[in-house]
Amino acid sequence: MHEVSIAMSIIDLAEQQIRASQPCTVQELELEIGKLAGIELQTLNFALTGAVKGTAFEEAKITQHIIEGKGRCSGCETEFVMDSLLTPCPKCGSYFIHILQGREMRLKSISIN
Amino acid sequence: MCGVCGCGEHHHHDHSHGDHHHDHEHTHDHDHMHDHDHDHHHDQKPGNTKVIQLEQDILQRNNLMAERNRGYFEALQLFCLNLMSSPGSGKTSLLEATIKQLAAQHPEQPVYVIEGDQQTSNDADRIAALHVPVYQVNTGTGCHLEADMVNHAMKHLNPKAGALLFIENVGNLVCPAMFDLGESKKVVIISTTEGDDKPLKYPHIFLEADVCVINKIDLAPYLQTDIATLRANALRVNQHLQIFEVSATQGTGMDVWCSWLLEECAKCK
Ligand SMILES: Nc1nc2c(ncn2[C@@H]2O[C@H](COP(=O)(O)OP(=O)(O)OP(=O)(O)O)[C@@H](O)[C@H]2O)c(=O)[nH]1
Ligand SMILES: [Mg+2]
Ligand SMILES: [Zn+2]
Ligand SMILES: [Zn+2]
Ligand SMILES: [Zn+2]
Repeated sequence: MHEVSIAMSIIDLAEQQIRASQPCTVQELELEIGKLAGIELQTLNFALTGAVKGTAFEEAKITQHIIEGKGRCSGCETEFVMDSLLTPCPKCGSYFIHILQGREMRLKSISIN
Repeated sequence: MCGVCGCGEHHHHDHSHGDHHHDHEHTHDHDHMHDHDHDHHHDQKPGNTKVIQLEQDILQRNNLMAERNRGYFEALQLFCLNLMSSPGSGKTSLLEATIKQLAAQHPEQPVYVIEGDQQTSNDADRIAALHVPVYQVNTGTGCHLEADMVNHAMKHLNPKAGALLFIENVGNLVCPAMFDLGESKKVVIISTTEGDDKPLKYPHIFLEADVCVINKIDLAPYLQTDIATLRANALRVNQHLQIFEVSATQGTGMDVWCSWLLEECAKCK
């Protein structure tokens, strides 16, 4: 259940970022989560529902943008989409893959007024 | 001695929400003055909505604290290992065997241990019985250690220069993988009783690790686990893994493991 810690980290980070703009109403929090980040999105949503309680984000809309996984084969240089960390190269079958994207966990933006 | 327990530096996840009790009904004047001295930039949307563009790593606070720990370790020429595994794979047993062997063969090498456990101090007691300074972190419901807990533990341990520092993470093969503690190397321990496909089921932790210790090799003959397959699966997830095979309770492979530890300690100097 690291999603609970992740949710708390999101709210901590977001609180820190709006401190200078207080008082304000938070409308939206945009997150970017990679498909290969090891985060269960449903669990994260559930954890966020708990984490926002009593904070400035209680009423805010939380948008999750999913970043697709991509890798490059260390053997034949083929670039391809990865649905899991263990996706072999579609061309040569190698598992020696350099992950190009998909492990991100970012707070993209906060909308306030 | 320590500002955290002593003088109330605020603890991890200790949310103090007192300063933002919002009344979402109020219609205060939104033309309030902002001093734009912060580093992020704002986009003005229609209406009075302002978008603060951040693109920040969610775990940045942990990552920054981990870098602070790393700087501290480097300054003290400490070699620090973060031991991660499922419950019962043998983290504490490996520590006990390592400590005994080093104490017998290299008594000059200082060793320190941070024990992370959800409850109890059983593991810390096992280490303390070997006369090694140990600091226990109880994470409660938390299923992994975070960098600020290690930072706090260091204030209690106050280790000597050139020491070997072990951090036994909470028994869990998922969450510890995400949280950098500032360690020199991450070690994943897997025992032969867990089956040879563990690396494929929990790829994240094997991908993050630098070292993999296969423990309980004494039991392999009695199990369906094939160590060659286990190795191959671990390397399939992470081709850079350095692999050791040991039996913490029988002592097999402990010489190779301990020599490697001392070599790495020497590299830190
Ligand atoms: N046969 C055999 N048993 C072992 C070995 N290493 C550990 N064990 C046994 O495995 C059990 C669990 O070992 P621990 O060292 O407590 O495991 P741990 O990973 O520290 O467990 P947690 O801290 O609870 O996550 C104990 O009964 C140990 O005696 C080994 O190499 N061979
Ligand atoms: Mg233990
Ligand atoms: Zn967890
Ligand atoms: Zn290929
Ligand atoms: Zn303290």
